[in-house]
Amino acid sequence: MKHRTFFWFFAPTAAAMLLFIAFPIVSVVMQSLFVPHEAVLIESENCGPFGCTKSTTVDQSATEQLRAEKPLGRFAGLSIYTDRGHLAFAEVAEAWRTSDSIGAFFKELSDLPFYRAMGFTLTYTFVCTPLLIILGFAIAVAVNSLHRRLKGLMIFFSLLPMIVTPLIGSLILFWMIDSRGVLGQLIAYLADDPSLSLKASTPLMWMSLIVYGIWSSAPFAFVVFYAGLQTVPQDTLESAQIDGATRWQQIRFVVIPHLAPLVTFVALIQLMDNFRVLEPIIGFQAEAHAQSLSSFIISDLSGETQQLSSAATTSVLTIIGVAILLSPVLVRTWRDFRGGAH
Amino acid sequence: MFLKKIAMASVVSLLGSTAFAAGHGCSIDARVSIVGNEFPAIQTVGAGATECTGGEVSKNLTADHQKINLAGMQGNPAEYTTAIVANSSIVALMNDDVIRPLDDLVAKHGKDLKQNQLITINGKVMAVAFMANAQHLVYRADVLEKIGMEPPKTYEDMLAAAKKIRDMGIMENPVGGAYKAGWNLAQEFNNMFLGMGGQHFEAGTANPSINNEMGVKTLNMMKALSEYMNPDFLTHDSNATNAEYRAGNVALMNMWGSRAATLVDAEGVSDEVKNGFAIAGPMTVGGGDQAASTLWWDGWTVAKNVSDAEAEATFIAMTHAIRPAILEDGEVAKQAVWLIDGYSPTDAAVGVFAAAQMNTTPYPMLPYMGLMHTALGAELADFMQGKESAEQALADVEAAYMAAAKEKGFL
Repeated sequence: MKHRTFFWFFAPTAAAMLLFIAFPIVSVVMQSLFVPHEAVLIESENCGPFGCTKSTTVDQSATEQLRAEKPLGRFAGLSIYTDRGHLAFAEVAEAWRTSDSIGAFFKELSDLPFYRAMGFTLTYTFVCTPLLIILGFAIAVAVNSLHRRLKGLMIFFSLLPMIVTPLIGSLILFWMIDSRGVLGQLIAYLADDPSLSLKASTPLMWMSLIVYGIWSSAPFAFVVFYAGLQTVPQDTLESAQIDGATRWQQIRFVVIPHLAPLVTFVALIQLMDNFRVLEPIIGFQAEAHAQSLSSFIISDLSGETQQLSSAATTSVLTIIGVAILLSPVLVRTWRDFRGGAH
Repeated sequence: MFLKKIAMASVVSLLGSTAFAAGHGCSIDARVSIVGNEFPAIQTVGAGATECTGGEVSKNLTADHQKINLAGMQGNPAEYTTAIVANSSIVALMNDDVIRPLDDLVAKHGKDLKQNQLITINGKVMAVAFMANAQHLVYRADVLEKIGMEPPKTYEDMLAAAKKIRDMGIMENPVGGAYKAGWNLAQEFNNMFLGMGGQHFEAGTANPSINNEMGVKTLNMMKALSEYMNPDFLTHDSNATNAEYRAGNVALMNMWGSRAATLVDAEGVSDEVKNGFAIAGPMTVGGGDQAASTLWWDGWTVAKNVSDAEAEATFIAMTHAIRPAILEDGEVAKQAVWLIDGYSPTDAAVGVFAAAQMNTTPYPMLPYMGLMHTALGAELADFMQGKESAEQALADVEAAYMAAAKEKGFL
């Protein structure tokens, strides 16, 4: 394709990406560098059904003037990034100085919201992603070997977890694992401990979230691998059969190498998705046990007093986190691309 | 054919007369859009406003109202012309200057409003209150009779009663509490902390003062109570706690007046639970004489970023929704402790009235209280799960609050 043709072909996409992806990111980065003006507080007298009290209120006219002069607010530089709610440099340094062992240091670290959220998010990401790839692959191979008439039905059922809205799916599971729910009762019965509650225990809650994560994302891996299976060269498979390869050997030496690029693709998408885990935490009401960067953004925005700068900072940190997570895969893809080009 | 015509005519006249009856002379000429919480009394107010004719009245009543009301009023023109708020949530709207003073509209259309319904801040009317609310004791009279104890007056009594109920094998987890991590848990801390005689801030400043002996005693009492709760208590909000009570699993709980009145009216509640249902005032704690509860009002505001016609229509419709005549319906009168002219307390109101008589502290209307509430909700769950000490949890709350307050320019 000529450069000129390519340019015009690509221009609408580039414009849309600039408008809907690049500009919002710039605006979020700007927001994270500025904080609201110092509140001008005045003493006020508030009256209502319970009598009058002396209180404090924000002086609106003075604040409005400040806002008119500098609409962006105060420039805060990276101070929000380093405060306790985010990277907590001062607190981490303090913990490093005062703790006498690595274990104590990590315990201190896990008391800081950002590092605790990272603890859960990374566990979730690195447990869910490989397991859902394995599960998705197993379902794909199983469905592919079914009789033609059964395939359609099974594909539909295998896709159900992805069709169900994540919030609804997690809410249904949440009710089932309630200490009075079907699964909750069953687990208490099996463990022979009537007071056992999934929702009251952090490790069990993490396991429930991870199981949910695998359940809801496996269909995505399944669809990709199932499509890939249709392109496996039949003559290679047949020659393997003639050579006496078992079914496992056929999968191990023919199918898996053929699907390897797809594994990279699924891993890429799922690492990105799982790092931004949010719906199960909300659906399972697991805020007491597990937090993620996305759930911080939600709570910053939905508190009685919104913290826009804090939410913006967490968003930027999420973008950086995703970039770091994907860098090994991206570097490898780039190398493969370069390797294949000459 | 004739019969058909008669039928048609009667239907038409019936429709006409209901429309007329529903109108009650409330006519508006501009858009009204309401956002607010979803408990029964607010549903009544929302429905009252939609009776008005002449302009479109829409309402969005949801438990998530606090997450959307500010954003919905910041635009120009604002999506919502009125937000139904309480003394906590009005602060966020005031801080961002999205509601307008109502003095001119009160003078023009507010002759039915009583002076104590008007919420004035620095001499300007910013909201019109229609009901009072407080958390107080709800209990099962039949269960307490069985164990031979009086309804608890203090949280220490509540613990004793809970122990006895469990020991006698009547209920495994007899205490109910809206201890869901987040807003609810923080609110239970506020109640108990004020009951212990605490103050959230150093007088006249935004500096926190919760990491002290009263804070520790507060957390220890909450921990002791949670031992008698459903093990999932950190996921139970008011709705889930009420469901536990309705199912007969709970005998003692601290519940909102606005929800207590209609608590056992739901479908499927056993007669035992219905007949044993009883309400009492809030409890005290730690030997203090201050009730471990907070007083609340609920009222409505008018958005700043709307046209004068819309503001006026909103004021008319909302005033219509809380006119004294709505109390003629017995069901409505029971839903809340109305601040409306002509209200006489029903049996369901004793809890909130007792709270008012005990000089319970109103929830603090301070610009930075919301940040403190959020910090409490986020940081106390660790202590409740036994993962850290009370002192550590309180230090974490203060640190989280300080970071947020610095960002918002309060410190």
